[in-house]
Amino acid sequence: MSAPLSSEPGSQLTLSHVTKRFNGRSGLVTAVEDISLQVKEGEFLVLVGPSGCGKSTLLSLLAGLERVDEGSIKLDGANVVEPGRDRLVMFQQDALFPWLDALENVLFGLRLKPGLTDAERTEAARYYLDLVGLADKEKAHPHELSGGMRQRVALARSLAPNPRVLLMDEPFSALDALTRDQLYGDIQKIFTQRKKTIVLVTHNIREAVCLGDRVVLLSPNPGRIRQVFNIDLPRPRRINDPALATLAADITTALSAHLAEPKEGLV
Amino acid sequence: MKSPRALVPIVIGLLVLGGWEWFVSSGRVDDVLVPAPTQIGEWFWSALRDGSLASATWVTMRRLMLGFIIGAAIGIPVGALCARSSLARDTIGIMSLGLQTLPSVCWVPVAIIAFGQNEAAVLFVVVMGTVWAVVIAVQESVLSVQPLYLRAAMTMGSRGWHLWLRVIFPAALPGVISGLKQGWAFAWRSLMAAEIFVVILSGFGLGSLLHAGRELLRMDQVVGVMLVVVGVGLLADLIFFSPIERWLRRSRGLER
Repeated sequence: MSAPLSSEPGSQLTLSHVTKRFNGRSGLVTAVEDISLQVKEGEFLVLVGPSGCGKSTLLSLLAGLERVDEGSIKLDGANVVEPGRDRLVMFQQDALFPWLDALENVLFGLRLKPGLTDAERTEAARYYLDLVGLADKEKAHPHELSGGMRQRVALARSLAPNPRVLLMDEPFSALDALTRDQLYGDIQKIFTQRKKTIVLVTHNIREAVCLGDRVVLLSPNPGRIRQVFNIDLPRPRRINDPALATLAADITTALSAHLAEPKEGLV
Repeated sequence: MKSPRALVPIVIGLLVLGGWEWFVSSGRVDDVLVPAPTQIGEWFWSALRDGSLASATWVTMRRLMLGFIIGAAIGIPVGALCARSSLARDTIGIMSLGLQTLPSVCWVPVAIIAFGQNEAAVLFVVVMGTVWAVVIAVQESVLSVQPLYLRAAMTMGSRGWHLWLRVIFPAALPGVISGLKQGWAFAWRSLMAAEIFVVILSGFGLGSLLHAGRELLRMDQVVGVMLVVVGVGLLADLIFFSPIERWLRRSRGLER
């Protein structure tokens, strides 16, 4: 497969031959190698793989928190070189500021967005808090909220400035199963309503199948794309749906097969 | 009776004072060397009535506040600079760490030689006592701000001054406050040293009152002034620093 260097029509986020290396304890470590990928406008893309496959690195690159060593990342045709409001991130921990209440946390990003009046900003913040079901918690500080509520506030904070792409770095992994299932529903609802382009990173294959339009399987050492799965199940999907479980099992099998392969470069 | 918890120290305190009074009045010790609580009380009352205690406290507090504010105003930005630049950390940071361990009395000879017996010398000693502790505390608390906060803020478009004022500084605030509290304690110690050793005519502070008590062999005055010094330190903690720290901890869910 030859990866296209220019973006295809309809593609919003384009990764071309992206490679990223880090200085590790045992010399230079290649975290991701030669990743080429296109994300369409309004697509829910999931990057899945075992730890060390560079999926979080890839997300940091998309966020502009790290710079690529080779290749390029383009959003709407422009190179991604630094963090920007057009790509907001939901982190593994909620990353809410403990000195601000829920409303102020959501307002943080909105305040940095030019061209709005304060009234419009407050209105938008309230709208998104309401969207995640926390309208009555706007005065609560992060420590007064449960883990799931905090992640909801973080979601509202990432959505409020209306980014082009929402990046999610294992945002559900620290939550209990019940809260997680609830959030899967919320995310899908928001995704269908708002038509937002989302890139999610996870090691949970069921979660990937439940949320993604497309699931990209990465393999570790160095992180490379192994296989891409299109998920055509109707939405809203429930995590306990048998069809979903079957698909997840197929992907798990594929992953195990790749992991069992002899590793090149280790000999 | 408000609460039994407050009652216990009061009762114990009264018992100790009563025992002390009885011990001195029984003639077992010379009351010039060990004044009875009533003698200290008499000095306290007379010093209050002739206004000398109030004016000395005022002079001391004015010097303390001025020196502390200058020390904090220098220490906070310098500490922030040390956190930001490793060059500053390896030079100013290391120097601050060293000078912080220097007892502030050591600055008194320097101050007297450099400035003479005047207000500037006292101020210099207080600033030197404050600034290093504040630099170290600010540097450490800025360096220990969670990187996740910075990453989150940067993706939302926060940069430069905005990042410093809206993220780094609030995140580091608890550490900065405890640094200021430490700086205050150091300032208070250095001021007493300065007032005892620097004899100046521009103002008669608590340290000078203490020194005068020594020259007059008035142990009641010496102990009385010491109690006032302890009281001021305690009060500053109770009405200023503790409420701020408690509010910070509570609003971030670190307490209760």
